[in-house]
Amino acid sequence: MSVQIDNSQPAPLPLAAGTARGPWATAVRRLMRNRSAVASVLALLMVALLTLLAPLYASYLGVDPFRSNLRGTIEIAGEAVPVMQQSTSGLGLGVTPIGPTWSPGGYMLGADNQGRDVAARLLYGGRNSLYIATAATLICLVLATLIGLVAGFMGGVVDMVLSRILDVLWAFPVYLLAISLSIVLLTSTIDLGLFTITAGSLALPIFIIGIIYVPYVARPVRARVLTLRQSEFVLAAVGLGLPTHRILRRDILPNLMPTIIVFVPILLALAIVTESALSYLSIGVQPPDASWGTIIQDGQTLLYSRPIVALAPGIAIVITVLALNVLGDAVRDSLDPRGQVP
Amino acid sequence: MLATITARLAQMVFVMFGISVLVFLIFFATPGSDPAARIAGRNAAPETVEQIRQEFGFDRALPVQYAIMMKRLFITRDLTSFVNRGQKVIPQVLDAVPATLSLVAGAAVLWVLGSLFVGVVAAAMRDTVVDRGLMILSLIGISMPVFWLGEVMNLMSQSRFHDTWLFSWVPGLGYVPLSESLGGWFKALVIPWITLAILYIGIYGRILRANLIEAYSEDYIRTARAKGLSPTRIMLRHALSTSLLPFVTMFGLDFGALVGGAALLTEVVFGLNGVGRLTFHALQNLDLPVILATVIYASFFVVAANAIVDMLYAVIDPRVRK
Repeated sequence: MSVQIDNSQPAPLPLAAGTARGPWATAVRRLMRNRSAVASVLALLMVALLTLLAPLYASYLGVDPFRSNLRGTIEIAGEAVPVMQQSTSGLGLGVTPIGPTWSPGGYMLGADNQGRDVAARLLYGGRNSLYIATAATLICLVLATLIGLVAGFMGGVVDMVLSRILDVLWAFPVYLLAISLSIVLLTSTIDLGLFTITAGSLALPIFIIGIIYVPYVARPVRARVLTLRQSEFVLAAVGLGLPTHRILRRDILPNLMPTIIVFVPILLALAIVTESALSYLSIGVQPPDASWGTIIQDGQTLLYSRPIVALAPGIAIVITVLALNVLGDAVRDSLDPRGQVP
Repeated sequence: MLATITARLAQMVFVMFGISVLVFLIFFATPGSDPAARIAGRNAAPETVEQIRQEFGFDRALPVQYAIMMKRLFITRDLTSFVNRGQKVIPQVLDAVPATLSLVAGAAVLWVLGSLFVGVVAAAMRDTVVDRGLMILSLIGISMPVFWLGEVMNLMSQSRFHDTWLFSWVPGLGYVPLSESLGGWFKALVIPWITLAILYIGIYGRILRANLIEAYSEDYIRTARAKGLSPTRIMLRHALSTSLLPFVTMFGLDFGALVGGAALLTEVVFGLNGVGRLTFHALQNLDLPVILATVIYASFFVVAANAIVDMLYAVIDPRVRK
């Protein structure tokens, strides 16, 4: 039997070609058309790139962001100027760190209490802030997806137990949970057999932030799994006797991805703000490490004399979190056009 | 309806129990560390540690330890600090409540009014410059860490612009009890109220706008339009009244969460002696009994507040009542 090719048939309409695109490609296209989404992605890339270039800035200008430099001097217009300047007002006691300067010796944003270059610390601190937020988001998503999958798919007693645990975690105010966890973890070295977490490690804020937001993601994931469990293609797969892990991997998980992806920018934004808050309360990133939160804390005593120390990291947080929030809205709209506010 | 309320109360008790067990496990049963030494604080004498071990029953079974903890928190209420020797913890926490309540209640008034304004105006002037501007401002409000915003406010009102007409009335940082002076209380809290409210105006304004716009595509709005009602009346009486229902739950949750600890950062920045600042100082001194007490009391308060909101909701919304 030969296939007759009918040349008189019109070429497929462009519309038909459009509908043939997969849901992911459609979502990405929709996202790319959203100008504010593209702008926020660019802004985020900029921030990430700048923080990655931190060592370059520090080594080029010869500043050490982690060692105090109380007696150091820098050269401005051919003159050696001390980093910590003797106060000229009042009794002339005490010292004020140098303000922002455009000198080849660094200190673009001035110095902090310890005579360290604020700009260099801002970049290094940004690395930690972004790293902690990313790692915490990943931990949170993995845990929440696992819990949601197991609870939603298994049902019965397993679901009951997991859901009650989520209820308790959800009702526990996030900052109180974070404070309880960090006060205990910070005062003891945790020996988990395979690996040891020391008190000053970055793993602590990552772990704490990753845990406290689990119920916020696990609950919607579980709800989605429950509806998917009742959908016809899953019922068919169950009826065919396919193994559970295959159903979870091939049928449930791909359909769960939109629900999970929507949370990525939101969680990143939440994690950055939470990290800065914990570090501000001195229960997050521990010195000598820096993060945007710890720099704001450093700047608090200098607030009225050198406000830039506290202002700069805050502005960095606002830019990053704002971009993430804008992106979050755009991602939600592009993945779920029906849920979109017209 | 009685069944709904009973079920909700049972759930509340269960969640409280769960939280207390979780806190107990975190504080007293973390592997690889001695809880007695932790409670004693830095550089404690071995006798003190031994005394704490006896008092809290750390040499006994875990359930007994849990029972002792709960008894000392709620029944005998004789938990004492070891950093500030002999200081009773529970009265300290209760003394700090008025400052926290004043802060959160005032901020709540501001954020409800502010978000109603933002949501209604943005929805009514949808897709105009005003709408865009309000939404961008809301997003920025959501993106600012509250403690940083507080520092910016302090910088302006306490230092840079303190001598101008705008901020010359702002008193120094700190809380003035309402019983002492009404004017002083108000002046001391205006800037903290605004700071705390900005975040929530952003969140609530955006949600209210979305709800209103969704309501506008419903049939009953078309009917109201067809009846020839004025746009203002449609907005306020028809669209807004339905859009406010989810608002009530959210408000209850956030109000409870703020009183129960989320206002901590604002209290710290503005030096208000509330529960949050008490917790913060305990954190600095590693004063564990105080942290234990504030965490348990505050989270119990939040859970109770949530339960009350849900029960109120059952009264308001006929669909839940059944």
